[in-house]
Amino acid sequence: MKNFGFTISTGRSINLDEIREENISKLLEMVPSYKWCIGCGGCTATCSAGAFTNFNIRKIHNSFVRGQYQGLDKELQQCMLCGKCLLVCPRGVNTRSLIVNMRRILAGVEANTFKGKEVIQ
Amino acid sequence: MEKRFWNEYQKEIADDHYFYERSCIRQTFFPGSEAAFLRILRDELGKDICDNPHQHTCTGIGYHSDVVPFETTMTVVARLFSLMTECGYENYVPSCVTSFGVFSEVLEKWEHNPALMDQARQYLWEATKREFKTPKNIVHPSDVIYKFRFELKPRMKYQLINRYTGQPLRVVEHIGCHYAKIFPDRGIGKAEFPYVLAGMIEAWGGTVIDYPERRHCCGFGFRQYLIQENRGYSIANTKKKFQSMEPYEPDFILTNCPGCNMFLDKWQYTIAEMEHKTYDKEGYGIPVLTYEELTGLLLGYDPWTLGLQLHQVQCEPLLNKIGIVYKPDEKYKGISGRLLPRPERPECLRQD
Ligand code: SF4
Ligand code: SF4
Repeated sequence: MKNFGFTISTGRSINLDEIREENISKLLEMVPSYKWCIGCGGCTATCSAGAFTNFNIRKIHNSFVRGQYQGLDKELQQCMLCGKCLLVCPRGVNTRSLIVNMRRILAGVEANTFKGKEVIQ
Repeated sequence: MEKRFWNEYQKEIADDHYFYERSCIRQTFFPGSEAAFLRILRDELGKDICDNPHQHTCTGIGYHSDVVPFETTMTVVARLFSLMTECGYENYVPSCVTSFGVFSEVLEKWEHNPALMDQARQYLWEATKREFKTPKNIVHPSDVIYKFRFELKPRMKYQLINRYTGQPLRVVEHIGCHYAKIFPDRGIGKAEFPYVLAGMIEAWGGTVIDYPERRHCCGFGFRQYLIQENRGYSIANTKKKFQSMEPYEPDFILTNCPGCNMFLDKWQYTIAEMEHKTYDKEGYGIPVLTYEELTGLLLGYDPWTLGLQLHQVQCEPLLNKIGIVYKPDEKYKGISGRLLPRPERPECLRQD
């Protein structure tokens, strides 16, 4: 292929049909506090992993609820589970639990195994 | 009957005595278009149109790329108006949608803030000792062709009918963002129901394809294009349009603006080169015509005089579909009658 010095950018449109609602309800069942998230990005701003890599926790949970699952499982592996984000969240979202449970859902682990409790605090 | 909303909005288009302003890029990429427009107006319609040799850029590309400040643009526009005034004309016809947008913007600003117009008068006087009047009527050349589309029809040799099937040709039209999206009331049918090109297509026998991304940008976007690294955004827009129109199998694309024409035509080659994909079935690409070229073709003008050989996507399959008679061996003949060197053929786009 000729090198034109640029490539064709891919679209950033969100296809609502790709959202799997059962994933969102599973996540909310496992981490009820996620309902309070206002998307402020405090978690991302304080994240040590994000300071050194392009890891972005707000972007990840946003992508999850928008049905943009591609590559998320790999991205989530960059989290060290240190819990700093949990300390700064102004809405009291249990972000660490959010991360662990997003990993579980993406790995296909059933929600009712953990029913009723926010696993991994 | 289906309600045609565009009918509710028509704009005023002067009848005769036009001052023509040429486009910068059209002269380079689609050089037969403007000559065809002048010929159509003078020879077919018997109108008076002034083609002044002292004209120059409107600064549009520089202005929309943020390299030319508004004061400069205003002064350059004032000089063009001064040429019109000097020649004794009042109806301004800029041969480019970008210019049309720039003039509309300058006039709108002057109307709301007369101090700006005084400033432009002063700058122009200091720089050139010239004076100007603002035009009474400012329209795009496609508006003029649209206005006289039914007068032109009986003079036409061909119609937009597929001679193999007898069906109307299926046409994608693209009016360009700066035609009606900046000031909707300056475009026929406003921005939502653009009818300037659709009106020509329907009057001359074709059908218009109403596809999902019909109103999406062609991808030019000025600043996005000028920096090489950013061109991925530009081409992504064009690709989005092609993907959206592909299932409707258009016979050709008709454009209003020199920039749109260039991008919809030339990006087809780039996408084919990068992704081995064309958006027609046979691998030729979808031909892209300017409205002057289309009008000229239907009137029976020679396709090579119209400059169709200079398009990226070659037009022979379309000419054959309409039944237009042309001489293949004269495709690369210069005005002097001497054969010019043939351009290189891309491997990724089919050509006969
Ligand atoms: S800090 Fe809390 S509220 Fe803000 S985006 Fe992160 S999880 Fe949501
Ligand atoms: S728990 Fe993960 S996401 Fe939160 S601050 Fe630590 S590394 Fe970042």
